[in-house]
Amino acid sequence: MTTEAMPLFEVFIRSKRGLDHRHVGSLHAQDHRQALEYARDTYTRRGEGVSIWVVASSDIVASQESDSASFYDPLDDKPYRHATFYKLPDAVDNM
Amino acid sequence: MPSNDLFTYSIALADDALILGQRLTEWVSNAPTLEEELALANVALDHIGRARMFYGHAGQLVDDGRSEDDLAFGRDCREFTNLLINELPRGDFAFTMVRQFFVDAFNVPFLTALIQSSEPTLAAIGAKAVKESTYHLRRSRDWMLRLGDGSAESHSRTQRAIDELWGYTPELFEAFAAEDRLAEAGLAPDRGALKSQWRNTVDATFAEATLRCPTAAWSVRGGRGGVHTEHLGHLLAQMQYLQRTYPGQQW
Repeated sequence: MTTEAMPLFEVFIRSKRGLDHRHVGSLHAQDHRQALEYARDTYTRRGEGVSIWVVASSDIVASQESDSASFYDPLDDKPYRHATFYKLPDAVDNM
Repeated sequence: MPSNDLFTYSIALADDALILGQRLTEWVSNAPTLEEELALANVALDHIGRARMFYGHAGQLVDDGRSEDDLAFGRDCREFTNLLINELPRGDFAFTMVRQFFVDAFNVPFLTALIQSSEPTLAAIGAKAVKESTYHLRRSRDWMLRLGDGSAESHSRTQRAIDELWGYTPELFEAFAAEDRLAEAGLAPDRGALKSQWRNTVDATFAEATLRCPTAAWSVRGGRGGVHTEHLGHLLAQMQYLQRTYPGQQW
């Protein structure tokens, strides 16, 4: 058995209740159930998580470098879309 | 004397966990995939951690200055009282997982029952360890299904491991004299009573995995009396080498 023959999964961990799941890495497994167990053993042994998502890497659709001109460049000259003109109250420390 | 019985009992449970943990660590750097290696090492560490708790408890009971390290690394083969199934060489991956499945399927009901012990430390160890073993069983049961219902080769290797290990399973359910007295007093589970639950887990899993329970009636025993297979001495030689060569050496 080699890992090359096994599909790749992306692992997302929620570290605390109330926070988002974050991508922590990837691993090889034969199916979703095994991927979840391996994710538990690989990424949560030191109490890092309260919830795990695994997603087959092949199911992720990613934007392409060749699209970046049409995707992102048009936003550069539209600063009014950003909330940068507002002064944030000190109480809001994370936005 | 109950505290003597408790000492003997804690040592036996510690030896079971330590020897199986040591066998599992042999997969580190040898496992089929990196992911499986981490998983096996985690299971090994759970067992070694369990051994430490039982040795620590035993050490407190006699209070003769022996530490958990002295108990783990300073005793000879005949003084170890682990069940034989734990000391058998790791074999191939199928053999390791079948052994683990048999032991996990026993440990889950055993540790669940240990929580009811009127001895608070044993009950606390049971409560902590049963969560680990529940996960171990999930893993080893999954592997029975994958290997048994996998390729022709994985099926035949798994069935061969079952046939080789079957005769070591009756010892899981045989109590020794001190354990009987503790069970009588409500300090220890009656391990003989756990057999039907174990058998149900095994039967249901094997049916799903297209594996069969052997009908052969042979069985071996002796671990609790310190009568071991020829394999334990080799395991101890490797495991105890450092403490034997440099007594009292620390990290």
